[in-house]
Amino acid sequence: MLAFLLRRAFQSVVVLAVVGLIAFSMFRFAGDPVNQIVGPDTPVAERAEIRRSLGLDDPTLVQFGRYAGNVLRGDFGISYQFRQPVAALLAERMPATLELAFCATVFALTVGILMGVYCALRRDTVLAKLFQAVSLVGVSLPTFLIGILLIFLFSVTLGWLPSYGRGDTVRLGWWTTGFLTLTGLKALILPSITLGLFQMTLIMRLVRAEMLEVLRTDYIRFARARGLTTHAVHFGHALKNTLVPVITIAGLQLGSVIAFSIITETVFQWPGMGLLFVQAVQNVDIPIMAAYLLLVAAIFVTINLAVDLLYTVVDPRLRLSTGRTA
Amino acid sequence: MHRKTALLAFGVALGLGLATASSAQAANVFRFAFQGDIKSLDPYSLKESFTIGMHGAAYESLVTRDKDLNLAPQLAESWETPEPTRWRFHLRKNVKFHDGTDFTADDVIFSAARVRAAGSNFQTNVPSDAEFVKVDDHTVDMVLKKPNPIAIFQFSTWYIMSRSWAEKNGATAPSPASAASPSYAALHENGTGPFVITEHQPGVRTVFKKFPGYWGNVESNVDEAVFTTIGNAATRVAALLSGEVDWIDPVPLQDQPRVESSGNAVVMAGPELRTVFLGMDQWRDELKDSSVKGKNPFKDPRVRQAFYLAIDEDTIAKRVMRGQATPSALLIAPSLYARSGEFKRPAYDAKKAKALLTEAGYPDGFSLTMDCPNDRYVNDEAICQAVVSMLARIGVKVNLNAQPKAKYFAKVLAPAYDTSFYLVGWTPSSQDSHNILYEIAGCRGDGKSGRGGWNLGNYCSPKVDALADQVEGETDSKARDAEIKDGFDTIQGEWGYIPLHQQALAWGVSKKVTLVQRPDNMLMLYWVSKQP
Repeated sequence: MLAFLLRRAFQSVVVLAVVGLIAFSMFRFAGDPVNQIVGPDTPVAERAEIRRSLGLDDPTLVQFGRYAGNVLRGDFGISYQFRQPVAALLAERMPATLELAFCATVFALTVGILMGVYCALRRDTVLAKLFQAVSLVGVSLPTFLIGILLIFLFSVTLGWLPSYGRGDTVRLGWWTTGFLTLTGLKALILPSITLGLFQMTLIMRLVRAEMLEVLRTDYIRFARARGLTTHAVHFGHALKNTLVPVITIAGLQLGSVIAFSIITETVFQWPGMGLLFVQAVQNVDIPIMAAYLLLVAAIFVTINLAVDLLYTVVDPRLRLSTGRTA
Repeated sequence: MHRKTALLAFGVALGLGLATASSAQAANVFRFAFQGDIKSLDPYSLKESFTIGMHGAAYESLVTRDKDLNLAPQLAESWETPEPTRWRFHLRKNVKFHDGTDFTADDVIFSAARVRAAGSNFQTNVPSDAEFVKVDDHTVDMVLKKPNPIAIFQFSTWYIMSRSWAEKNGATAPSPASAASPSYAALHENGTGPFVITEHQPGVRTVFKKFPGYWGNVESNVDEAVFTTIGNAATRVAALLSGEVDWIDPVPLQDQPRVESSGNAVVMAGPELRTVFLGMDQWRDELKDSSVKGKNPFKDPRVRQAFYLAIDEDTIAKRVMRGQATPSALLIAPSLYARSGEFKRPAYDAKKAKALLTEAGYPDGFSLTMDCPNDRYVNDEAICQAVVSMLARIGVKVNLNAQPKAKYFAKVLAPAYDTSFYLVGWTPSSQDSHNILYEIAGCRGDGKSGRGGWNLGNYCSPKVDALADQVEGETDSKARDAEIKDGFDTIQGEWGYIPLHQQALAWGVSKKVTLVQRPDNMLMLYWVSKQP
């Protein structure tokens, strides 16, 4: 187990380094930061001086090396546009993104599993067919369109829910939460649905397919033959065995929920890290872009590791085999 | 069962929501959203209209601009010029900074040094040769090396900072872009203005509250103003229509009828000071990315005239801009130059344009690349597309290269000036014609002087340069206007630029709110009132 963890840790560092290098080689295609920093009537000579002092004239490798050195010392740099430390800016925005990702995942899992189970058990009912149709919409409509449609319906037409922002937040240490205020909870609803809809349909379809598969297997027949109640067969045996692939997908998707909350955050002006990143790209704020990409890479690496470990918990066979190799 | 609980929960949430909505009426709160951020609270950090306007709620200047953009006293009660090179400012007494300290001449002298220090984005707001001398605690002299009639034209955005506050917090210099430590002044504010900034989360929200110790009377009845960035245009419009915010900028052209028909908000559209124009590379010996080899067709004035005449600006204003633009004959907005009415935009004439091209030796036209931003000005890419199809009618094949502003400006600005044909919008920061003659139409030369910094195609006329120098020191306003006219006539006569239009401002304003829209596109909170 320890060897497995060490091997994974080493791989993670390599992945992060590669992500950083690729990011730095892309930044010069993002445009010139200097024009976003200064006003229009700044003289040419001064622009050149700023470009030099930011080290933008150096080759990519030198810039990357300097950045990597600073990061190893825990220094993520100062944002060009806000003149504030990037680490502090990201830390301030992180609770918003994580709370949104959490709510979206909870929404996707509960609704997705419920709908999936229903569709598998009552395959031919009208409601099951409706769920199937709705899930197609969820898969095929782009996120920003869903967001705008929801805003239009629930904010502009009905006036029930806010169209932007996080509402009022409560500060708990360095963490700000929207869970403790009514406006904060209301503000979470539309973005969570928007962000979680794709995952929800994915999970629903997965649960339905897996469940149908499992219901056909021999041990379910034996369970029925033993005279267990339908309820116990469906939820005690069938659903439990359906959940292994669901955990994998949900875990891997959690990474994308955090990383791809960019679009949802942009539509709802949700003050999270994704929005910060989009604004940074528009303004060529290289320190923020670099730190965000590294952070997302780190999140993916961690989640993959956690999913691998969770497998062994859910499936005893895997526990035995990793035990042997370690 | 599930549905019932869900419905119940929803009903409760709704009830509570309404309850909080009605109890939040106690203070009169004005909520507003802009597409961009208030990047920094340091008033010398970024020259960008919206940010400067926001700073203007908390900070004040010696001389301000009133609702019609005329100069008006603020922290200076009055001023005079005892000699052409000496300006005397009589400072207002009993003015307090937000931290409670008194405003005195020392703060003016300190601010004059800080605004011209390295890292400031407002160095040109105060003449570089000006020396500030304290006469007494409430009188300051500005001594110039040579007469300058527009020396105080940009004072309205030179905000006065407190010397003692800056010294106490290590903010005596504006933080340069490459700073390695965070800047105190970027997150904290200490001005003399009618509003105090009580909360500032960069890129998220900024809260303004009335300053109880303000020296003057404030027109605004707003107790608190909450600013939010909303980058997405559709969300911004939705927030206005649902009443969550009272003011948005900008309203996209296609959403304006919807806002107007909503019943709870209107679109305020006035002419903006910015002029959108096209420029041509008249500098390289061979045009880049063109079918013409070995020479530059734009060096021939007939080709420039042909381009000018082939572009139907009236159609652009009517169709592309949906009427929200004023065609312009000059590179400066009419309200900024007294004699602009004497200029007329040469009429669209495709036939004559074609004849001119033939005469210049391009009977079959030629091809070239046009650079265009797609997220900077109103419908910028659509304007360029219209230009492309209009030029196709005279046989000129234009390859359009439309990019986001970050990439666009990196390509066309110094040091590369990598463009043959481009679109730019410009507002003279001094609100004076000299800026146009110097920055836009001045010969670039070796690039060291700063003249022609935004002359991307390097249109060069020694006569315009000479006139610009004359205009700079001319104190007689009649003679000055005549010299400016001479300069603009020269640019037009040589077909140096193709001015297109002044785009219209597009503020979305709740019907509960009254405010002032100035053509410089700054929202001044002290003129905002809201029905409680």
